Amino acid sequence: MELEDLRTRLRAVSRKPDNLRRVLRWETGLVVVVIAVAILGSSLSSEFFTANNFFNLTLNNGEIAIMALPMTLIIISGEIDLSVESTLGMSSALLGVLYLHKLPMILIFVIVAVVGALAGAVNGLLVTRVGLPSLAVTIGTLALYRGIALILLGPKTVANFPATYTNVGVEAIPHTDLSWSMGIFIVLAVIFGIVLHATPYGRSVYAMGDNAEAALYAGIRVKRIKTSLFVISGLASALAGVLFTFRLNTAVQDNGTGLSLDVVAIVLLAGVSIFGGKGSIAGVFLAVLAFAGLQNALLLTNFNQEATGLVTGGLLLVSVFVPNAAMFVRYIRGVASRAARRTPEPALSLPRKDT
Amino acid sequence: MTDGVPGEGPADEAEIEVDVEVAAAVSDEGPPILALEHVSKSFGAVKAVIDGVIELRAGEAHALLGENGAGKSTMVKMLAGVHQPDGGRFLINGEPVVLDGPAAAIEAGIAIIYQEPTLFPDLSVAENIFMGRQPLRAGRRIDAKAMTTEADQMFARLGVRIDPGRIARGLSIADQQLVEIAKALSLQARVIVMDEPTAALSAVEVARLFDVIRALRADGAAVLFISHRLEEVFEICQRVTVMRDGRHVLTAPIGELSAPQLVRAMVGRDMPERAPGEKRAPGEVRLTVDRLTREGVFTDVSLQVRAGEIVALSGLVGAGRSEVARAIFGIDRYDAGAVTVGGRKLRKASPTAAMAAGIGFVPEDRRQQGLVMEMSIQQNVALASLNALRKAGIIRASAERSFASDWAVRLSVKYGQLTDPVSMLSGGNQQKVVLAKWLGRQPSILIVDEPTRGIDVGTKADVHNLLDQLAADGIAILMISSELPEVLRLADRILVMREGRLTAEFSQAEASEEDIMAAATGQLEAQAR
Amino acid sequence: MTATLAPAREPGSPVPASSRRLAERVFRIRELGIVAVLIVFVAVTAAIQPRFLNSSNIQFVLVDATIYGLLALGETLVVITRNVDLSVGSVLGISAFACAKLASAAHGVPLPVVFLAGLGIGLGFGVINGLMVALGRVPSLVVTLATLYIIRGIDVLVVGGGQVVPSSYYPSFLSMSKATVLGVPDLAIAVAVLVALGWYGLRTFRSGRELYAIGSNPDAARLAGIPMGRRVFTTFAISGAIAGLAGVLWASRYGTVDSTAGTSYELQVIAAVVVGGVAIFGGSGSVVGAAIGALLLQTINSALYVLGVSPNWDQAIAGFLLILAIVLDRIISVRLTASLRRRSARRGT
Repeated sequence: MELEDLRTRLRAVSRKPDNLRRVLRWETGLVVVVIAVAILGSSLSSEFFTANNFFNLTLNNGEIAIMALPMTLIIISGEIDLSVESTLGMSSALLGVLYLHKLPMILIFVIVAVVGALAGAVNGLLVTRVGLPSLAVTIGTLALYRGIALILLGPKTVANFPATYTNVGVEAIPHTDLSWSMGIFIVLAVIFGIVLHATPYGRSVYAMGDNAEAALYAGIRVKRIKTSLFVISGLASALAGVLFTFRLNTAVQDNGTGLSLDVVAIVLLAGVSIFGGKGSIAGVFLAVLAFAGLQNALLLTNFNQEATGLVTGGLLLVSVFVPNAAMFVRYIRGVASRAARRTPEPALSLPRKDT
Repeated sequence: MTDGVPGEGPADEAEIEVDVEVAAAVSDEGPPILALEHVSKSFGAVKAVIDGVIELRAGEAHALLGENGAGKSTMVKMLAGVHQPDGGRFLINGEPVVLDGPAAAIEAGIAIIYQEPTLFPDLSVAENIFMGRQPLRAGRRIDAKAMTTEADQMFARLGVRIDPGRIARGLSIADQQLVEIAKALSLQARVIVMDEPTAALSAVEVARLFDVIRALRADGAAVLFISHRLEEVFEICQRVTVMRDGRHVLTAPIGELSAPQLVRAMVGRDMPERAPGEKRAPGEVRLTVDRLTREGVFTDVSLQVRAGEIVALSGLVGAGRSEVARAIFGIDRYDAGAVTVGGRKLRKASPTAAMAAGIGFVPEDRRQQGLVMEMSIQQNVALASLNALRKAGIIRASAERSFASDWAVRLSVKYGQLTDPVSMLSGGNQQKVVLAKWLGRQPSILIVDEPTRGIDVGTKADVHNLLDQLAADGIAILMISSELPEVLRLADRILVMREGRLTAEFSQAEASEEDIMAAATGQLEAQAR
Repeated sequence: MTATLAPAREPGSPVPASSRRLAERVFRIRELGIVAVLIVFVAVTAAIQPRFLNSSNIQFVLVDATIYGLLALGETLVVITRNVDLSVGSVLGISAFACAKLASAAHGVPLPVVFLAGLGIGLGFGVINGLMVALGRVPSLVVTLATLYIIRGIDVLVVGGGQVVPSSYYPSFLSMSKATVLGVPDLAIAVAVLVALGWYGLRTFRSGRELYAIGSNPDAARLAGIPMGRRVFTTFAISGAIAGLAGVLWASRYGTVDSTAGTSYELQVIAAVVVGGVAIFGGSGSVVGAAIGALLLQTINSALYVLGVSPNWDQAIAGFLLILAIVLDRIISVRLTASLRRRSARRGT
């Protein structure tokens, strides 16, 4: 017992800054990254700082940004949701099919939202009631929901949505250069930020991410909250699906393929620990900016679109290695000094049978 | 036996005989088989060990005593090869060595048995014992049959029955420890370090462990025994070393010292013998448990706790006491029976309902169940009271801060800043934070499970006084404890559980350790009052 | 040296065999379970549509299963240690392209060298993954997620919009994946042998058992002196090498290789591994189970096709089955742990 005590105490001491300061350190780093991206972007292309370009930047990344918000809470709580891209696709397919059947759009929105929430609820219940690891469950629902999208729409493509809606892909919010999806993201980010950082619900999310058992013993309704997180993720993915469909004016079954990992990448970039218990919404906001900015800069330079993954991957690696760098250096030094101090076998060992 | 320390009747005689046989094995000739001479170890600014001295002779059981933070665990880590001393010498058989990792320590014949057994739950017992050193046959292939046979032999030597083929998952703590000991035997360890080995064991299992220690000594191995339980130290060890604040204080044969002397050496001051609290007059019945049953775990448990009363629930580990407590609080479910608080039936399996009814629960394992280690002291204290600290849905930071600091002061928690991670505190102070968390809710009923486990002597006294005070203030307290001195000191009534049932009840006046132990082990049929 | 104690608490007589290895038996049932499901599937499908058991159909299924089975072999090694390798699809893709180029009639690189090249490319990436995870102490989910992106990015940059078409290969390259012995594809046999070797190795060599230990309780593994860095590094290196090898097979099987080869394979492979009984948190499971899992998933795909079920349903069914598999696993494991605890409590195990 004491051994454990001392071990964690020492780890805590060596990380002297308290939570707030640690979080600020990461955010500051991200600000630097965002500035670097901005400099890079403007040096690569004179178009970078134009209003039009800013609009495009926010346009293409609004859906991912929206999905990153509940993903942040889910990862902080110690889980993960890889099915978001498929819920997006399923929502898109549902939207398309219902539109083909001439249902009124408002009704379609309601149905899509309900289905999104249900999709999240299935994830949540499998994780909390059946006790399955979320990584495995959401890999399953990733396939299942994409499959449902395929069943709904088949190979069909639905286009020609009413202009009032597809305008989200064309127009900015009046008097700004922000796309509608990014505007929605900003509003949601503020709400999520307040909830996560200043309400008992948010505090509970942190607690269960660090130690689900202790959270339970403190009277926190872990199962209920986790399930709600997945439901919210489902709703957000459904919203993203609707926005995605209108932006491209296309409902097709493979909408959103590959986005789950983009969302996870943004959240990790934001300084949210994959182990749970740590992270902030401010970080997510900055990470979205960095990610979008970088994508955009590359787009402007005609960098092969598909290869922007290179950059995402690089950023991801940086985001995990930088905090570990100090530890890593110490480790290398330790290895080196131990190697230097090698002494002959101690005299105590008894002959063993199998050496 | 030294005065002031209770002994166990029948075991005494057997032990004396064995000691006579074994005495020869304790060699006074030649260098000790292992010695740490004036070692020091710092981690950054933290000086964990300043002057550490341990000297182990073949065939002895040697106690290492000290409060939490005295440096014992760092010494153990140095023995384990996890850390290397910054200064001083590490000698094995008189030769200086450097152990650059756990593998080197194992190679050198040092085995560590941690308090929380570190087994591989998915692998078999035999594999757990031999991992990394499995016996081989032709072509460097593992010889599974030889593994099983050797494991069987080892268990026979220890006098226990464990199936080497079963997987480790699901073994009781006591059995897990035995597997660890078998592991130590299998690497023919000459030095076996046991860190708080008895904390989670029942008396029967402790006796079994002591037999094993005697066998190890007779083999010529040295056992380093780390424990907070002085009565056990007196029973099984020949010499004792005390550390305080990172320094070596004394090393002496056990016969030369009394318990108060040892305590004084550990604490650096005299701990006055606390007389049991004054007689309390209990008030109305706050908590009623009526024929609570959970299949296979506990049956027909009925009890009452009144305001201002401390009811202790005693018994062996595995008797079902913590399970009953968890069922009352709603962490676990139960199959039959009822829990009533203040006249109203309490909804089962809902900690929220229990908390709303005024119950607080300080769990057994403060690290795993009581605290969120990453969070600050402030956040941990506030964790169960967040709803009370909010306005319009938002937690008021200033309210949280004053709430936490209030309680920290009231319980004399020693901390740097409220915003420090709670993992920085010592075990005793961590326990106080858990208590603060619950007391902050002004509970009318407090359930505490092993309130002073793994806590140093000084803080233990603080906690005892606190519980006395709470009872005096009118809180109904249900206390689960395996430490009989603690039970006898604090409780107004003592209930004993055995294998899931309540078997006896004693009032403070009539209880004695022997009676409680007898009821717990079923040797004496005491009438339940 | 042996000093016997005061009389043992209980006689050290051997525990009756019936109570031994309850857990092992249950886990073996898990693998038998998927085999049973497989057999049932094949039987039912063949009954409805005898075409299913056509030799050419079987061959197709087996070759596809071979590629996934190979990947599952490597992935299992990684997952057992409580890690995950998400980069296998990207490695497969880049290796497929590189080796397809090598195998073109223009270059005329001999087949064994092509294989070595594939292995080498995969090994290179596996080593990079392994170094980052083992040395950098960074969670493998994050590392391999990043390399998934990076390797795919490199692939896209190199390949651009280009592709290798079947006509450009020298003939023996394409026919390699079609070669059969008694109706069973050579590749399937080769992979089955590799899987058997893997199974044997994990079972009978210390380093194999140590992989399980690392996944079962990493802290204990460290304290037991197991060289964790080295072992984990090796699993990633092997996983990468296998993915590289699979790339060669992929090129041979599909002929046309562009920058999308192997996309999303990692999730399919993990699905196969999980369905095959390997715990996602490590510590248990077997490569045989994983390989059977891969075979099962491919068989189901093929069966659905043959039965005329719209291919639209493939994915949904695959997803549903994966969820079903882990739910069942969970139920079994909960029952098992409870019964083990009861045994332990009731008597001296």
